[in-house]
Amino acid sequence: MNIIEIKGISKTYDKDTMPVQALNGIDLVFQDGEFASIVGPSGSGKTTLLNIIGGLDDPTEGNVLIDGINITSLSGHSKTAFRLKNIGFVFQSFNLIPVLTVRENIEFIMQLQGASKQGRLSRTDELIEAVGLVDKKNCRPNKLSGGQQQRVAVARALASKPKFILADEPTANLDSKSAENLLDIMEKLNKEENITFIFSTHDARVMKKARRIITIEDGKVIDDVIKDKIMPES
Amino acid sequence: MKFYFILAWRNIWRNKRRTLITTASVFFGVLLSAFMSSMQEGSYDQYIRAIVNSYSGHIQIHRKGYWNDKIINNSFLNDGNIDSLLHRFPEVTIYSPRFETFCLASSEDVTKGVMILGIEPLAEDKITNISVKLYQGEYLKKGDNGVILGSRLAQFMKIGPGDTLVLIGQGYHGSGAAGKYPVRGIIKHPSPELDRTLVCMELQHCQELFSAPDLLTSMVIMVNDNEKTLPIKMALTESLGDDLEVIDWMQMNQLLLKQIDSDRAQGVITKGILYMIIAFGILGTVIMMVAERTKEFGVILAVGMKKRKLITIIILETIFMGMTGVITGVAASIPLLYYFLYNPIPFTGQAAEMMLQMGFEPAMYFSMAPSVFYEQALTIFIFTLVIGIYPIFNIRKLQIMKALRS
Ligand SMILES: Nc1ncnc2c1ncn2[C@@H]1O[C@H](COP(=O)(O)OP(=O)(O)O)[C@@H](O)[C@H]1O
Ligand SMILES: [Mg+2]
Repeated sequence: MNIIEIKGISKTYDKDTMPVQALNGIDLVFQDGEFASIVGPSGSGKTTLLNIIGGLDDPTEGNVLIDGINITSLSGHSKTAFRLKNIGFVFQSFNLIPVLTVRENIEFIMQLQGASKQGRLSRTDELIEAVGLVDKKNCRPNKLSGGQQQRVAVARALASKPKFILADEPTANLDSKSAENLLDIMEKLNKEENITFIFSTHDARVMKKARRIITIEDGKVIDDVIKDKIMPES
Repeated sequence: MKFYFILAWRNIWRNKRRTLITTASVFFGVLLSAFMSSMQEGSYDQYIRAIVNSYSGHIQIHRKGYWNDKIINNSFLNDGNIDSLLHRFPEVTIYSPRFETFCLASSEDVTKGVMILGIEPLAEDKITNISVKLYQGEYLKKGDNGVILGSRLAQFMKIGPGDTLVLIGQGYHGSGAAGKYPVRGIIKHPSPELDRTLVCMELQHCQELFSAPDLLTSMVIMVNDNEKTLPIKMALTESLGDDLEVIDWMQMNQLLLKQIDSDRAQGVITKGILYMIIAFGILGTVIMMVAERTKEFGVILAVGMKKRKLITIIILETIFMGMTGVITGVAASIPLLYYFLYNPIPFTGQAAEMMLQMGFEPAMYFSMAPSVFYEQALTIFIFTLVIGIYPIFNIRKLQIMKALRS
């Protein structure tokens, strides 16, 4: 099943003053359950592409359809609501709310969704368990290592049971061991709970874990490889 | 909602030092303003007490029209009905009948216009403490046919206790009035005007002199609590009928109240400037708080928090910072002002002399009226709400994309 369809997306920043073409005619389709990475050198347009897929930014041209809904045409408020319900985000850094504990950071998202207290508590416990941070659940982010913080960010992104998770260079600030550990957890969640992950990286070891590698350069897709046969052909 | 309170509260303590400095500025501002307000209100209370106790009383009853035209033809008959009415109010502590008019007073070689105050010596003394102001001779006794003079009047007329004063004037409905009275005592009246013109005598002798038996110009009433003035006044007005007027001390002392109001307005300006300085301090903190968290706001908004909720949190942070200062400030000022309420700061030297002459206790009095406290809290609260406009604008125009990249 196609969950994301990207049709003819281009993005030009500062159109009127000093135009920068960050994306140039991107067409992509993602299916439910993918574990895909977007790779490319710095400045190639990875962040721009993920932001547009996540509805954080609007393309200059083209459309993004999520489950058949054209999110580029949604208004500000409905876009926020849509994002909260359907998309989980993991950022490169400064991901967590520093004054909230691990538990609270995760619970907070469900609170925004208006989930019941009972539902929140059990889901939070489940997620903390899944990312292996049971012993840190009452710590604030500054007591955690970078890798642990990103694991919380992944748990938080999952809290609202989104259709997919977008992670923009989640391992960029991590040492290689933590990076591998984070990817293992993401992979496990992908396999066991069938959660779709799309993440960008320029780290070769991280790239290797992905089952689909989309390479972009100068705002264009120059390569799109599916590594195994578990995924149906797109 | 509880969650937003927790979040806001923890957020303000992220930068402990800055928040402490900000709340400390509010704390000292509140303390200072409460101190100032308390001192002001305390001295106003003192002025009012002094004027109520030295002359006007809380309430007066007259014949209708007397207050605007103070002539003895506007007097009324004291037939005992008023006494029995006043007895029905437990709040009325003392009342004193007066017969007040003007006439000429002569000593051996000086003649001067004076004010005659016919009183019941005991009742009047309980209200205006005349006997305490006595500095020569003695106070009037019941049935006494002597007079008491203001000290400046006595000096002007060159008479003292034991001398004789001749009074000549016009009595009720145009009859003649003349009599000779021995001087019993001299008082130093706090009001310079009265000290120059006042002659006190026993009510009955006064009524006889002016051919006005059983007539009064005013009935002066004291109540046990200033707050009771208006309700008692209303009740009296209702029971007394149309021929009489009931006037409270506020109507009788409008000039003083105007002066108090203008003094209060001056205090408001001073406190306003103080609060402006504090408000700019809070604003600075809020600007920094918002600026250094742009990226965090971007993340929070990206994961799906509505801008409105984020704004609510920041405004809560602003209010919390202000209110922490207010609550601690009020908490500290209560015992401080409580102390000064019972231990007024005494004046010494010339200032004390001047206060005494004007009929005031020579001390700086304080007030613990609720307004002293809630005005500070309300002012800071309003200022923080105004400051809250800044994050509203800032977050509304915040672009998630830009914030994430910052
Ligand atoms: N807000 C912006 N304004 C102007 N140019 C931008 C902006 N964001 C990104 N760019 C430019 O767009 C191009 C793609 O950037 P980006 O998507 O961040 O690439 P990547 O994430 O692959 O490093 C770069 O040339 C970058 O300088
Ligand atoms: Mg990037």
